[in-house]
Amino acid sequence: MKLHCKLYVLAILLLCLALFSPSLAEGKKLRVVTTLTDLASLTQEVGGDRIDVEALAKGYQDPHFVEPKPSFLLKLRNADLLISVGLDLEIGWLPPLITQSGNGRIQPGAPGYLDASQFTEILEIPQGKLTRAEGDVHPLGNPHYWLDPDNGRRIAKGIAAKLTEMDPGDQAYFQQREQDFEKRLAEADKKWLAQMAPYRGAKVVTYHRSWPNFAKHFGLDVVGYIEPRPGIPPTPSHTIEIVNLMKREKIKIELIEPYFDLKTPNSIASMTGGRVVVLMPSVGGKPEITDYFKLFDYDIGVLTKAFEETK
Amino acid sequence: MRCLNTVIVLTVFLAGVAKAQQASSTPSQPALVAADNAALEQKVRDLEDRVVTLEGLVRQLQSQPAPGATAAAPAPSAPASQPAVPTEQGAAGALTTGNETVRLGGAGAAAAKALNPDISVIGDFIASGGHNPINPTPSFQMHESEVGLQAIVDPYARADFFISFGETGVNLEEGFITFTSLPQGFVAKVGKMRAAFGKVNTLHNHVLPWADRPLVTQNLVGGEDGINDAGISVQHIIPAPKNWFLEFTGQGFRGDSADVFTASNKNDLSAVGHLRAYKDLTDNSNLDLGVSYSRGHNLFGTNFITNLYGVDAAYRWKPLSRSIYRSFVARSEFIWRQQQQPGLFACSVITCPLNTAASFQRAFGFYASGDYQFARRWFVGARVDDSDRPFNAHLNDKGGSLVLTYWPSEFSQIRGQYRLTRYGENFDAHELFMQVQFALGAHGAHPF
Repeated sequence: MKLHCKLYVLAILLLCLALFSPSLAEGKKLRVVTTLTDLASLTQEVGGDRIDVEALAKGYQDPHFVEPKPSFLLKLRNADLLISVGLDLEIGWLPPLITQSGNGRIQPGAPGYLDASQFTEILEIPQGKLTRAEGDVHPLGNPHYWLDPDNGRRIAKGIAAKLTEMDPGDQAYFQQREQDFEKRLAEADKKWLAQMAPYRGAKVVTYHRSWPNFAKHFGLDVVGYIEPRPGIPPTPSHTIEIVNLMKREKIKIELIEPYFDLKTPNSIASMTGGRVVVLMPSVGGKPEITDYFKLFDYDIGVLTKAFEETK
Repeated sequence: MRCLNTVIVLTVFLAGVAKAQQASSTPSQPALVAADNAALEQKVRDLEDRVVTLEGLVRQLQSQPAPGATAAAPAPSAPASQPAVPTEQGAAGALTTGNETVRLGGAGAAAAKALNPDISVIGDFIASGGHNPINPTPSFQMHESEVGLQAIVDPYARADFFISFGETGVNLEEGFITFTSLPQGFVAKVGKMRAAFGKVNTLHNHVLPWADRPLVTQNLVGGEDGINDAGISVQHIIPAPKNWFLEFTGQGFRGDSADVFTASNKNDLSAVGHLRAYKDLTDNSNLDLGVSYSRGHNLFGTNFITNLYGVDAAYRWKPLSRSIYRSFVARSEFIWRQQQQPGLFACSVITCPLNTAASFQRAFGFYASGDYQFARRWFVGARVDDSDRPFNAHLNDKGGSLVLTYWPSEFSQIRGQYRLTRYGENFDAHELFMQVQFALGAHGAHPF
């Protein structure tokens, strides 16, 4: 009976707390949390000093397999805006974090939840009946879309619109910054495209299906994957197929994300005289890749060098 | 929808024309043409962006039933007003509908299905060998088939149902609503749920690193079902210095949980309190600590109270740049159970030593385990068990296990476990388990 009373008192107290506490005071700066560093970089470009932005995952880790650490909750619980990649990329770790954050502003459907995929061109949307026999497929399309600068621009635009919606007073500021970013990105893109121009149409193989948007923008032709199916590690028979493919088509370049084991790619390279090129899929993959521009600077630098040397 | 498609086709066509014009213009007056080109490029870019925006809109409008249908046959026209970004529902929608052409009355089938919850089924098959008369297990058993139904209820809440089909019956393992938008950062759950007592008690079978549950869970915390009851749960993150994560969970239940708590009348409620402290030691490692308390009435009646105290600790290591290949988790839980019971009962089961208060049992137990991932799909682990019996703490069981786990993919798992148990009756049981688990449907979140 005693226990019973205590529980009632506890419940009532909690209810009072919940009902009568004043809503959180509006912060001066918008606090933005993004799942990946690339989105954080784009948000920083647009938001400038009017926002604080933090990413959850590190740039050098596999974004499919981030652990939902409680320390992320410390960031999420105070966030005004959560920007995610969407397309189920974060499905293994983000939903429980959002639920446990105790932050109503960033729940799916709330104004503070932004899925950046809605602004971008999505490739590899599966056609027809889908089963997991094809591996860990993304039923909504390939989520590695930020690796196309055109999509980067579109995301920035989308973020600018969202920031404006949340902080109408700074509309001109965000707009000006977004346009400035767009201009700088267009210039940089011209430079990148020029660097890549000699290798347009070059055939490559990649480890995971992380690069369709990158390949499309820079004119690479991805003809094979070292993973037999998405999310399934290389098998001997499939590796032989890839070796034969690379020999037949005279392919010299294997693109790998930094978080995959290099053993199979290296042995393929030694059998085919090819080259393993570790490209960074995200800002922060290397300490020197501090923003969205440097991401492409780095990747295109590494890639053109590899093409040059394997000519 | 048809209208939208037309708009897209038109825009694409326009973009194409613009591109063609751009290509065909000859550089007769270089400066002028350069300026023209720049303007056209800008225009093309803008048009492209508009196409992409429209595509995004179409994706949302089609409520993502069958992503393949984007350009194919026009979907049944149902101007469903969808929440902007139903990521979670999207997965379910895509997986559950495929290319079926089922119509649900007048409303668009696709739109109706899009609001279906995420559905998943997890099968758990266990084969066992060895002799254990005290805790027998069948040679082969479809141990559990767990159906998960999860969705967002409304802008303020989500709900999760886990219905567990055993070989003999059905059990609502969990079914609760989580209010996610309460003020002041409170998160509340209402329904039937696994109580936040320690670590193992909160985990479903399929996320355990073993094929069984530790002895201490079997003996002191209600075995496989554990403390799992209908009630209310409130949790809150407590601000703490130095990047510590502190969270308090308070729960009140009806008071019926396995052999731990029994509500003889309506007022025999039970309560659980849990305080969790977590800290990232480095980017690659972290420490997770917890203390738990639970109190309720036991099967001897309203006047008999059982108190449970628990301490849990876990250390995790996972090098982020090789996160899918290597990891290590060490975990341990210490649990004390104090139970009031009629003296006569205990002494009728087993003779009590003269100077013990048999009417008040203090049982203690713990497990300590380590799991090391040595390749992308391989894990090896070991566990040490020790636990007194709850109704007679003088009997003590000890045990140890070795575990090898293989993941063909993220959605299936094969596990072998050797278990030695030395029961308090001085009996040794050597057992081998082989477990196969497989998951269908929506991609669940990974446990932490």
